[in-house]
Amino acid sequence: MAETEAPRPRQRPIVRLGIFLISHSFSFSVVCCTAGVLALLLLPILAKNTYISENALMPGSANPMLSNQDVLEANRFVKDLIALNSKPRGSGIESQRLIAQYMKDLGAEVNYHKFHPQITQFHPLQFFSSPDSGTVERNISCSFHGVNTVGITRAPRGDGKEAIVLVTPYNSQKIKQAEALSLGTAYSVFSLLSRVTWLAKDIIWLVSDSQHGEYAAVSAWLRDYHIPMFTRLHTVNAETCPDINYLYDVRDNSVTGRKIYDGFKRAGTMAAALVIKVVDRSETFDDNLNIYAEASNGQMPNLDLINIVNYLAVHRQGFRVKVEKLWSLLDSKWLKNLGELFESVGQVVSSINPQWKFGIPAADYTEGIATLASSLYNQALGVPTGPHGAFRDYQVDAITLELSPRASVDKIIRQNDFLLRGGRLIEGVILSVNNLLEKFHQSFFLYLLTSPGKFVSVGVYMIAFALLVAPLPMVAASLYADAINLNSSQNNEKTVADEPGTALRSLKWVNAAKKVFVVHLWGSVVSLLPYFICQIPNRSPTVSFIIWFLLSVLSFFIMFLILASPFSHAKESQLHLREWAILKSVTMSATFIGLCLMSVINFSTAELGGLLLVPMCLMAQPMRRDIRVGSLSTLSRLAYNLVFCLIGFPPVTFVLLKGAFEGFNSINVGDFWCWVESLWAWSSATYLYIGMVHLPCWVLCIHILFHHC
Amino acid sequence: MELSFTQGRWNYERWGGFDPVPSNNAKPPGVELWAVFDVPHYQVDASWKNLTHALSGLFCASINFLESSTSYSAPQWGFHSASGNLRYGTLPREAVCTENLTPWLKLLPCRDKAGISALMDRPSIYKGFYHSQRLHLTGKGFDSDGVDSGIVLQQTLTVVLQPNEKRTPVTSLETKFQPSWSLTSIFGRKVSGSCVLAKSSTVYLQLDRDLVAELKNLQKHNEIAVAENVNYEGLRSGYGFQLSVEPDKVLEEVNGSHGTSPSLLYVFSVEKHSESEPFDLGLTWKIPVAWSCQQAPLHASRFLMGSGNERGAIAISFESTRLSEWLLHSDAIDSCELPVKIFQVVPWYIKVYYHTLQVYVDEQQQAISDVVDKIHVSPSEDKVSPGMMEMILKFPCRMKSAVATLEFDKGFLHIDEYPPDANQGFDIPSAVISYPDFYSSTQFGDDKSLEALPILAKFQENNSVVSYTEVLLVPLTTPDFSMPYNVITITCTIFALYFGSLLNVLRRRVGEEERFLKSKDAKKGGPISQFLSKLSAKLTGRPLETPQSPTSTSSSFISSKLILKVVLVAGIAIVWHFYLE
Repeated sequence: MAETEAPRPRQRPIVRLGIFLISHSFSFSVVCCTAGVLALLLLPILAKNTYISENALMPGSANPMLSNQDVLEANRFVKDLIALNSKPRGSGIESQRLIAQYMKDLGAEVNYHKFHPQITQFHPLQFFSSPDSGTVERNISCSFHGVNTVGITRAPRGDGKEAIVLVTPYNSQKIKQAEALSLGTAYSVFSLLSRVTWLAKDIIWLVSDSQHGEYAAVSAWLRDYHIPMFTRLHTVNAETCPDINYLYDVRDNSVTGRKIYDGFKRAGTMAAALVIKVVDRSETFDDNLNIYAEASNGQMPNLDLINIVNYLAVHRQGFRVKVEKLWSLLDSKWLKNLGELFESVGQVVSSINPQWKFGIPAADYTEGIATLASSLYNQALGVPTGPHGAFRDYQVDAITLELSPRASVDKIIRQNDFLLRGGRLIEGVILSVNNLLEKFHQSFFLYLLTSPGKFVSVGVYMIAFALLVAPLPMVAASLYADAINLNSSQNNEKTVADEPGTALRSLKWVNAAKKVFVVHLWGSVVSLLPYFICQIPNRSPTVSFIIWFLLSVLSFFIMFLILASPFSHAKESQLHLREWAILKSVTMSATFIGLCLMSVINFSTAELGGLLLVPMCLMAQPMRRDIRVGSLSTLSRLAYNLVFCLIGFPPVTFVLLKGAFEGFNSINVGDFWCWVESLWAWSSATYLYIGMVHLPCWVLCIHILFHHC
Repeated sequence: MELSFTQGRWNYERWGGFDPVPSNNAKPPGVELWAVFDVPHYQVDASWKNLTHALSGLFCASINFLESSTSYSAPQWGFHSASGNLRYGTLPREAVCTENLTPWLKLLPCRDKAGISALMDRPSIYKGFYHSQRLHLTGKGFDSDGVDSGIVLQQTLTVVLQPNEKRTPVTSLETKFQPSWSLTSIFGRKVSGSCVLAKSSTVYLQLDRDLVAELKNLQKHNEIAVAENVNYEGLRSGYGFQLSVEPDKVLEEVNGSHGTSPSLLYVFSVEKHSESEPFDLGLTWKIPVAWSCQQAPLHASRFLMGSGNERGAIAISFESTRLSEWLLHSDAIDSCELPVKIFQVVPWYIKVYYHTLQVYVDEQQQAISDVVDKIHVSPSEDKVSPGMMEMILKFPCRMKSAVATLEFDKGFLHIDEYPPDANQGFDIPSAVISYPDFYSSTQFGDDKSLEALPILAKFQENNSVVSYTEVLLVPLTTPDFSMPYNVITITCTIFALYFGSLLNVLRRRVGEEERFLKSKDAKKGGPISQFLSKLSAKLTGRPLETPQSPTSTSSSFISSKLILKVVLVAGIAIVWHFYLE
């Protein structure tokens, strides 16, 4: 005992700071968590105005050359397209022929691209692997193919190393007015670009056949562009499918001498891609422009691309630019109150020092939060919001521009005006990208948009996440230290010999780690199970979900029976008093590591997951202790724990979120399965996160909650 | 030696790839330079370096970048059938401009003041689709024993121009007239007489084989009644089009082997024109004709496969243009083979794995030994020499399409090896595809006229058909050059941490220090608390007192004190900020 009494040598300040934080972990974690949530809510205020960072882009520096002449031609094209609808036979093939004919008249190189949309399949090892051509299904029926039409305008004086891609998805079976308009817009730009002399990059116009989904067509074309299969059996398809034969038969009779090439045309490395869509939403005030940018796993295109579009649309063509937002958040009371609070704080601050810009109007604030939430949600989901997502897989910056005209587009003057403005916008964007000597690299890749003209960069939004996650290791360390201290003091009181005590102490830590490891192993097993469930034929989503659920529970018990036996000894030993604390600390460390890893892969998932997991982890306490004590605070803590554990269960979270946004009426048990299916179909890392981090953490928290002590 | 500056791409599909003009004059974008040296082997590289520097100064271009051994190669047989003294280098990114044209014009006897070169109006030349200036030097005493040792300089300017065209709304039913042109409408200038120093000054107008055939067909259609007159007389006067100047001579191609109509060559001599009567050739179409130029046997294109910054593949695809079927003997078409020579230089940071060569013919993979006739590879050496591949492939004549692929890894460059615009990507120079069995010679008419017309002699040379593929752009991993500040900061931090801890480890003797601390602790708190208390004593003016806080709580105690002080300092800073601004 004499040695312990002796004054300990003083530690270095950093160690002392650590000890201080650990000893005050409770207040520290409360402060940090609140600060984290507050920082997240402050993001719209901290957002900066976007600016064009690459000087070479020079958006809007040239006068648009797109004239009424082009628009008239585009109008004729639109009319011809729509007239095809009334024709009885083979509208799909006819429309592709018509488009190809028009492209050829512009002097472009045209080719058709036949594709079969890939059937989505769960490949457990394909996450994060580069998109590969995969195995082509052998038994594809003829009805299940699409034909993209590709036109390429070579830059007259360029060296053909780079290309800009325009994509217009349309349904070849039934061409709607809006789709025809989007084709018309692209046609007007394309016809202009086939004449201009300033092009430095080739222009590819991909008219993608969206009858099997917009994304599938574009991604099939990109796959063949980048990873072609040279041993594909063209001939088999051509023999069996009369439609395609027809396509190529007619080709030879065409009047303008040059034939349509039946191979695959290429044009250099892609610099950027624009997906143009027109939707008929009948806006009341203005022509609208919606920008969709999120690609798979929350990847975003370079901010400069969005900046150019935003700048040109707002300052040159007079569109109302929008980014997707969660509409339900716009009306919420508490956000308005919060916004007003921040506004008044901002006023106070600016009265102190007018140079300090803080605070924005409350309406802007709610809009910002709604946009931010949608941005976070879309990134976290990891599912691309449009065909532009396919480009991101090949490191090409792409966005979808969704134009929606003001009134109905039937009136011919309105339509001309709309085509002119849309065309000029796209022309301006292409001109800017064409100016770019290097690829997009100057501006941000990691950002969240709070409005089309405002963004939060990674340096700012990381703070919220760091604050949120920081308590986890602290509390884990303090719990561990407490448990060890308690044990050692117990040991000391009981005057047990030192040797077995330390051995058991370390053993206990290993036991807890083993348990956590087993649960994580189970999590990965659960995330692999859908692969086997998919093999079952004729299943409805509900059935699959129930099978999945039952199998997971079953596998959990099997694992428990096989692997639980070694640590049942530990339970029997005398040292189980604070066992839950050690388990909790190990759980927290594992969660912390998982969240930090996930924040590197997909920040938004980690942020949203952190919001759910961190409070749950921090508060988890054995239920029996709380009941035993029975005071108000412990009971409230118990209720809080139960609520959080209920919310934290992924299906429940999903149902709650869906209910909040779409109403609880339409909810079905199978929906969760459909959602999960879409996640792995897009090979979203969120799926892995749910399986490997979120679910095990939730199970461990439940375990701690029902721990017997 | 041959040096060419080119802007734009030669469109092999539209402008042909078989005639002497494209196969001699179509060049890859940028600068291409090759030279054969008549010096001992060990001096070749040195004289190449001299040459590049000399040319670079002469033509105001960055040809001197070809000096470094990473940018040129020494093909054995793939490029020209010359000996081992050949050096070949390209700069695909070189921008060609008037400053390169002016020195080229200076080499002409009358510059651009008189003669045909007066046509060289800079804006109209650079407005065209394609523009290539070429300088060809041949040492006469090179192979003969130097009796008349002189140097022959050939200067060629190849321009593809678009006639000014009025925009007409095109309907799908209406067919377009091909645009009519004249020298004034294209160049904006007229030729008034020849250069005084020139021996001959002639303008040629060639009608393609296909065009002639097409015109003949049309003529037959329209003039069935006067069928007897259908011969070349009709064409000589120009059926379907009208020339504004009467040609001095019309030459007709002599060829027995090709089954089509011969191409025609109209010869106009500029010499007889003068200032008062400038030469202005024009061509006006009377009927719409569509024709295509003669293609090379295969249409070669090259592209990159794969994505990402790690690896990729180069693919060269060949599409048959069906020329070979009628050019070669049609009876032996099943057994005949079409040799294709590929010469490709790849910079060292594209690490090509030559063993991954795969050849697909008609979408079937072929064994390499079946297809590759001859191959010579010199692998790249990091930062020393580029990789080079010379290969002869033998394809069956019936083949429709073929693809050859090579995989590569992308290398890393040292920070100072990146060019200024590194984020654009890195170029792989064009591959040279030649067809050894095909010769792009055109024999024109009677022999005695040939002496007077040097260009015909040029046309008659038996050169094999050559085409160049596209330049490829490979995106490599590039560091973020725009943030040197960050790099400096992080490096400094790491260095500071490293050296600090290293010094700490080296300087400190832990045992002794602990003993020292223990003895000190008995008296005072510790070095930091002592310092703090001294500081506080100085600040408050109170006499120094030794803190007697117990060590167990000292950590939290001092920290709270520290926090208090930090808050105090922050407060002072805020106040300062307020009242001094």
